Amino acid sequence: MSKKDSEYLINRKDNQYEVVIGLEVHAQVLSESKLFSTSATKFGAEPNTQVSLVDAAFPGMLPVINEFCVKQAIKTGIGLNAKINKRSVFDRKNYFYADLPQGYQISQFKDPIVGEGKVILDMPNGQKEVGIERLHLEQDAGKSIHDLDPLNTFVDLNRSGVALMEIVSKPDLRSPDEVNTYIKKLRSIMRYLGTCDGNMQEGSLRADVNVSVRLKGSKEFGTRCEIKNVNSIKFMQMAIEYEANRQVDLIEEGKTIDQETRLFDTKKNETRSMRSKEDAHDYRYFPDPDLLPLEVSEKFIEELKNDIPELPDDKKKRFIEEFKLSPYEANILVSDIDTAKYFEEVVTKMGKNKDIKLAVNWITGELFAVLNSKGLEISQSPVSAKNFAILINLIKNGTISGKIAKTVFELMIDGDKDPQKIVEEKGLKQQSDPKALEALIDKIINDNREKAIEYKQGKEKLFGFFVGQAMKASGGKANPQLINEILKKKL
Amino acid sequence: MSDITKQSLTELVKNIRSKKLSSTDVTKAFIDRSEKSEELNAYITNDFTSALDKAKKFDQKPNLDLKLPGIPMAVKDLFCTKNIKTTAGSKILNNFVPTYESTVTENIWNEGAILLGKLNCDEFAMGSSNETSFFGNVQSPIDKNLVPGGSSGGSASALAGQLTPVTIGTDTGGSIRQPASFTGTVGLKPTYGSCSRYGIVAFASSLDQAGPMAQNVKDCALLQEVISSYDPKDSTSIDFKRNHYSKELTNNIKGKKIGIPKEYRVDGMPKEIEDLWQKGIQYIKDCGAETIDISLPNTSYALPTYYIVAPAEASSNLARYDGVKYGFRAKGQNLIDMYEKTRSEGFGNEVQRRIMIGTYVLSSGYYDAYYLKAQKVRKLIKNDFDEAYKKVDAILTPSTPSSAFKIGEKTNDPVSMYLNDIFTVPVNLAGLPGISIPAGHDAKGYPLGLQIIGKAFDEQNILNIAYAMEEKINFKNKITDWWIK
Repeated sequence: MSKKDSEYLINRKDNQYEVVIGLEVHAQVLSESKLFSTSATKFGAEPNTQVSLVDAAFPGMLPVINEFCVKQAIKTGIGLNAKINKRSVFDRKNYFYADLPQGYQISQFKDPIVGEGKVILDMPNGQKEVGIERLHLEQDAGKSIHDLDPLNTFVDLNRSGVALMEIVSKPDLRSPDEVNTYIKKLRSIMRYLGTCDGNMQEGSLRADVNVSVRLKGSKEFGTRCEIKNVNSIKFMQMAIEYEANRQVDLIEEGKTIDQETRLFDTKKNETRSMRSKEDAHDYRYFPDPDLLPLEVSEKFIEELKNDIPELPDDKKKRFIEEFKLSPYEANILVSDIDTAKYFEEVVTKMGKNKDIKLAVNWITGELFAVLNSKGLEISQSPVSAKNFAILINLIKNGTISGKIAKTVFELMIDGDKDPQKIVEEKGLKQQSDPKALEALIDKIINDNREKAIEYKQGKEKLFGFFVGQAMKASGGKANPQLINEILKKKL
Repeated sequence: MSDITKQSLTELVKNIRSKKLSSTDVTKAFIDRSEKSEELNAYITNDFTSALDKAKKFDQKPNLDLKLPGIPMAVKDLFCTKNIKTTAGSKILNNFVPTYESTVTENIWNEGAILLGKLNCDEFAMGSSNETSFFGNVQSPIDKNLVPGGSSGGSASALAGQLTPVTIGTDTGGSIRQPASFTGTVGLKPTYGSCSRYGIVAFASSLDQAGPMAQNVKDCALLQEVISSYDPKDSTSIDFKRNHYSKELTNNIKGKKIGIPKEYRVDGMPKEIEDLWQKGIQYIKDCGAETIDISLPNTSYALPTYYIVAPAEASSNLARYDGVKYGFRAKGQNLIDMYEKTRSEGFGNEVQRRIMIGTYVLSSGYYDAYYLKAQKVRKLIKNDFDEAYKKVDAILTPSTPSSAFKIGEKTNDPVSMYLNDIFTVPVNLAGLPGISIPAGHDAKGYPLGLQIIGKAFDEQNILNIAYAMEEKINFKNKITDWWIK
């Protein structure tokens, strides 16, 4: 494998292979109730406590569309720069399984609610556009639990009927890294929109990964395999890596690739055949006669458009222009909506005479380090944006040095204390009185006569020694800039 | 007391309101007659004890403003009734007790009616003779060993046999109108979207519609008024202005234009049906309305279209009966084995036949040729009616191509059985209202019906035409009580 020019290729003897990846992402719609029933959707509830007669498919029960879920899907479509279809149709996807009470899943087959769109990825070597094929709404199935009893399978229908958005990308992705960035970007957009919490641990975001390989430069697609239901980015990347190499090996051995559905075994780090194309289900899709075609007006869509917040790409652009951030810095700040919110609040709270660059460095440096070590999200930050802004201002206006600021920050973490107060209580205010500092420096030079002479004779390295002594004598509080100036004058 | 069961719904309501009869009197009378009528096999489940209690309670504090004050009524066993077993005529729901009530029956109880019990029907409403029921075939009160029609056969039998003053059925391809025609009663299939499907065991969702069955048109209008309502729990329910059908009922149909479609003159149709139709045309004219020859050119495609669309939807609707959650379950070695055994043992032959047809027409490679084409033809059939209604207000046809047949006569010939629905299925495919009224007897003395098809949401009009014709026809059902020992 080589990563020349950050291109992801698989090398064998004389051949170089390109990997072609398309994703079907299943994103759970952020909604209090299910797609066609009023049952709750809370994660982690006791099994079978969030199940209505509709979800359990009792005789004579009928689905009624949840308008909120429709709005969420349309908003997501807008966030993906996609075409919103004013008329879409719910179809039945028929198959038998114990956790599928209706014997069919209500989905959208021919006429999805959202059509083609695109997502921009920021890759190390520049931007990349990934096409979106479609987004459709569908019901989730229940959960079969096979490991609670040696003989029986248990079924939990809490998830049954929960609204999912299936976001299908075009086969535009070319490496595990791009998949990583793509998933993160989708998640970021949906979190900005509030349409999916993107929580992969709770299964709110899963993907079917379509992988094929072809000789570099070839225009035709190879035979693809679909890896079903992968629920973490890391596993997606591992699965693609394994699967692409498996396919390349087959080609190199002169064998053909069977189009099939495969499973990723996370323990063995390999994909395994689940069913071949011949065994593929015939889902017998047809329009659900219990539901009328879903029609939305231009006005309905326009109102939702007005409701769309500033999305990551726009925010990034604005941060670069308004705050003179580098694209790299802007990217870090906008990728997570809560980070962007925190940053903007800090900027606001800093007031007029602010140092944005300093704030960014402190957020991505000290704050991120603390959050990381404590395993916290920025929304749970132990230091509020308000106090954080005060701290940055204290550095900026020379009240404390950057070094002291670190000490203050440590103290702030416990109970979100006001840095101003910490500085006052602990007497950490920077000494900026030139007369006091001159006296202090005079004493140091006196006490270190020999070194002062050496310095004058050309041993310039000793300047640092004097700075250190002065800082030490002031208990670290001396204004380093003033110390420098005075020392230069006196030595 | 025996007089009571001979009274129409309208008379019973009047007598209860004027306190000539109590709900208890009426309820008792129908229970007594029902108990003597076991040979008809009209009931799957009775709720007589509870019905009497409810009647007594009603009499203690009678609310006479209700539309069905203390009126006992048995309903087709396709309507889910809270805490009362609901089987859909199938073994697979043999032990199923809903915790909920269908909207249609809820509407009925809300107007003061009292449930007598659940009436036999073809399994999942699939049949035209009530012979596919897991609970055995139903006898017609008209004659021994005669089918009452289907799928609402138990309803028709109970109604004609005076075991219930009125009843409700469901009609997917003729399941109200055909049995009404076979038993000399009135049956209305309302416009699709008029009556909520919530809580009705589904057969074919885009065709299913509940409707009233009664001794006369006025009773039918009153019951339609009660059951028809907009229901947000059914996404296909339609919010349109519903009439007070019984109050607004009139026999004045002067100047109405009634279409006579030539395509309903089918090959092999007995002469007595043709004669009946001609008599009907004369009655129409006698009422001061005009008849106009019209064409519904795609009529001959209706039956094949129906037998693609209905089984397709049914194959999917019935997937939920898998032995996992409720109903009958057979033991199996594994999940697939359990499914196969449960569904093989739980469903009868006709249901299995339709599931297979439906699965076939939806499968990949056949979908376009069957299901998609059928949907296109369905649209053409609807267009035929739309075209016709530019010229006429309603359409008159025979209800069925023959009178009732003997039990067992067509059991082994499904196609001949399906042909029974030839005049009724186009109405379901087009989503229109249609009513069957008794209009005469054949040589054997069996009832024959005429069908009036209306514009969508125009139930009032076809009820009025039926009402006017009823007066002229002056039909008398010949019930000999042959089954009562």
